Amino acid sequence: MARISYSEAARQAVAEEMRRDAGVWALGEDLGRGGVFGQYKGLQEEFGPERICDTPISEAGIMGAAVGAAMAGTRPIVEMRFSDFALCAVDELVNQAAKARYMFGGQIKVPMVVREPVGMWRSSAAQHSQSLEAWYAHVPGLVVAMPATPADSKLLLKAAIRCDDPVVFMEHKNFWGLEDEVGEMPDDDAALIAELGKARTARAGDDVTVVAWSGTVHAALEAAERLAGDGVSAEVIDLRTLWPWDRDAVFASVRRTGRLIVAHEAVATGGFGAEVAASVAEHLHRDLKAPVRRLGAPRIPISYAPPLEAEARVTAGRIAAAAQGLVEEPA
Amino acid sequence: MSGGGRRTGGNLDVPRIAAHYRTMCRVRAFEEAALRALDEGLMLGALHPSIGQEAVASGVCGTLRRDDLLLSTHRGHGHTLAKGADAEAMMRELFGRDGGCCGGKGGSMHIADFSVGMLGANGVVGANIEIAAGAAHALKLRGEDRIVGCLFGDGAVNRGPFLEGLNWASVYRLPVLFVCEDNGFAATTRTATLTGGPGVAARAESLGIAGVEVDGNDVQAVDAAARDQGEAVRAGAGPRLIVARTYRLTGHTGTDPAAYRPAEEVEQRWQDDPIRRCRELLLGAGEAEAELDAVRAAAEREMAAVYDAARAAPWPAEELAYADVQDVGDPRRRRA
Repeated sequence: MARISYSEAARQAVAEEMRRDAGVWALGEDLGRGGVFGQYKGLQEEFGPERICDTPISEAGIMGAAVGAAMAGTRPIVEMRFSDFALCAVDELVNQAAKARYMFGGQIKVPMVVREPVGMWRSSAAQHSQSLEAWYAHVPGLVVAMPATPADSKLLLKAAIRCDDPVVFMEHKNFWGLEDEVGEMPDDDAALIAELGKARTARAGDDVTVVAWSGTVHAALEAAERLAGDGVSAEVIDLRTLWPWDRDAVFASVRRTGRLIVAHEAVATGGFGAEVAASVAEHLHRDLKAPVRRLGAPRIPISYAPPLEAEARVTAGRIAAAAQGLVEEPA
Repeated sequence: MSGGGRRTGGNLDVPRIAAHYRTMCRVRAFEEAALRALDEGLMLGALHPSIGQEAVASGVCGTLRRDDLLLSTHRGHGHTLAKGADAEAMMRELFGRDGGCCGGKGGSMHIADFSVGMLGANGVVGANIEIAAGAAHALKLRGEDRIVGCLFGDGAVNRGPFLEGLNWASVYRLPVLFVCEDNGFAATTRTATLTGGPGVAARAESLGIAGVEVDGNDVQAVDAAARDQGEAVRAGAGPRLIVARTYRLTGHTGTDPAAYRPAEEVEQRWQDDPIRRCRELLLGAGEAEAELDAVRAAAEREMAAVYDAARAAPWPAEELAYADVQDVGDPRRRRA
């Protein structure tokens, strides 16, 4: 066990996997100096400029090259700098990476990881703050992971690198400095890859289930703490991956609590919370003691000025108020 | 070098050009069979015939090594055949049948045969350029001596991937032989009317990639350019470009009557048919007319048989719709 940051955890994951497999390499802008958030610090010194490859500001080129490099037998890790910039490379990811295996009839797999820093962070405004995970979850062929803790930053990134599918790996910019204990990881491929698709019960509870991921996990935990003071026992489930998502874990929890809130930082309309809510409504309506609630951002771009930016934020206060409302709902 | 049994006609390497002639005849016969299948409702989806462009396909792809890699376009049947793919598996793919080279899941626009290094046609114009650069990047990382051939059309040079992919290949000095198969049309519009500046070779040169321009209907010229440039690329010179000027003798798709071009233009272009020109070259070198006729007839027989086999093939099993999506989150494990 060691106490390390979310950023250091990811750095260790890349270093360990690169030591283990000569086919793993990373490509992106400014990686040589450690990446824009320091998440690649020291890696070029250890692995050289060929395997920690500085690229032009050329998102489509980076993503497209990774597709070709994966098809030619390597395992590229793509750095997109900000998830917003990955929109310059949507064809390469959605039409090429996600489709190649299927449309070529299984002749090839495209093992690549696309690291996309997401989320609201330091007044970054409309083009550097988005959470568009629902777009990727919608695309067959892609795996979507969103770690919320240092341990998951390492574990899920190692799993993503081992996995033979293209994985969109969304890291929250607010968490780079977040520290926690990170223990030993399994080294077996199957055990690691099995983590993709497994939810984590971040806090156990009996009255209401709060499903969250990425940035909202911490807000949900804070809400659960406040709710406990008011006599409401909230269970917080960190989904960890959106595709595949752990339906069994969510259903088991909702069967017990009878109440569900899905909370995410992304815009609520068409957000992945709608998928979770609809699945619960379709399959568990007899178990529900109250309507399902979705919490997400209003359908507005993210602002620069803090009081405007805050309008888009799903806070612990909002989650706690929603939970209180559900508990008070007449059965 | 003794010359042994090698027949030459002037400076013509007759066996080599005869092999191209055979490949070009096979591509032509394949495309004609595909067009027939379109008329009969057997060929599904969009068909982009390469009739008139066979010298580029054969001259470039027939010159690559079998273990070299190739990225192609939506008009990719000729490239794929010339790289060595199995014609029957290709025709089955066009028909959407079991035993197609992509299991019937890709069709004409996603035709691919990884066993011969053919990493796929592409339904998105220009998208293969960056993929080719990346495949070459992987080869270079591993220190291999294989190269990547990347064909794209003149319409692709106005898309971003042309800039990003060529710059990428240039910056990392990657082993890519780029070939602009310039048939003069971006879909159904004349490319020259929509393309600024002095052309694709100048654009490549501005990125540090040397290029040569060839008559793309002269298979001997294409072959020579592909050999010269391919050798330079393999020797570590970095990427090179061939601009091969050709003409699409049919419509953009199998159903496009191409009414946007005057009939005289097309008629005149048929005089420049690359197969006819190759035939004249071989006749001039002393090849027997009957022998060349026999090559053409054999290609037609082969593709007729391929057509019949594809027509007789069953549809893929329905459950294959759920196969090869992904390992993690495999839809076969959780059907909603």
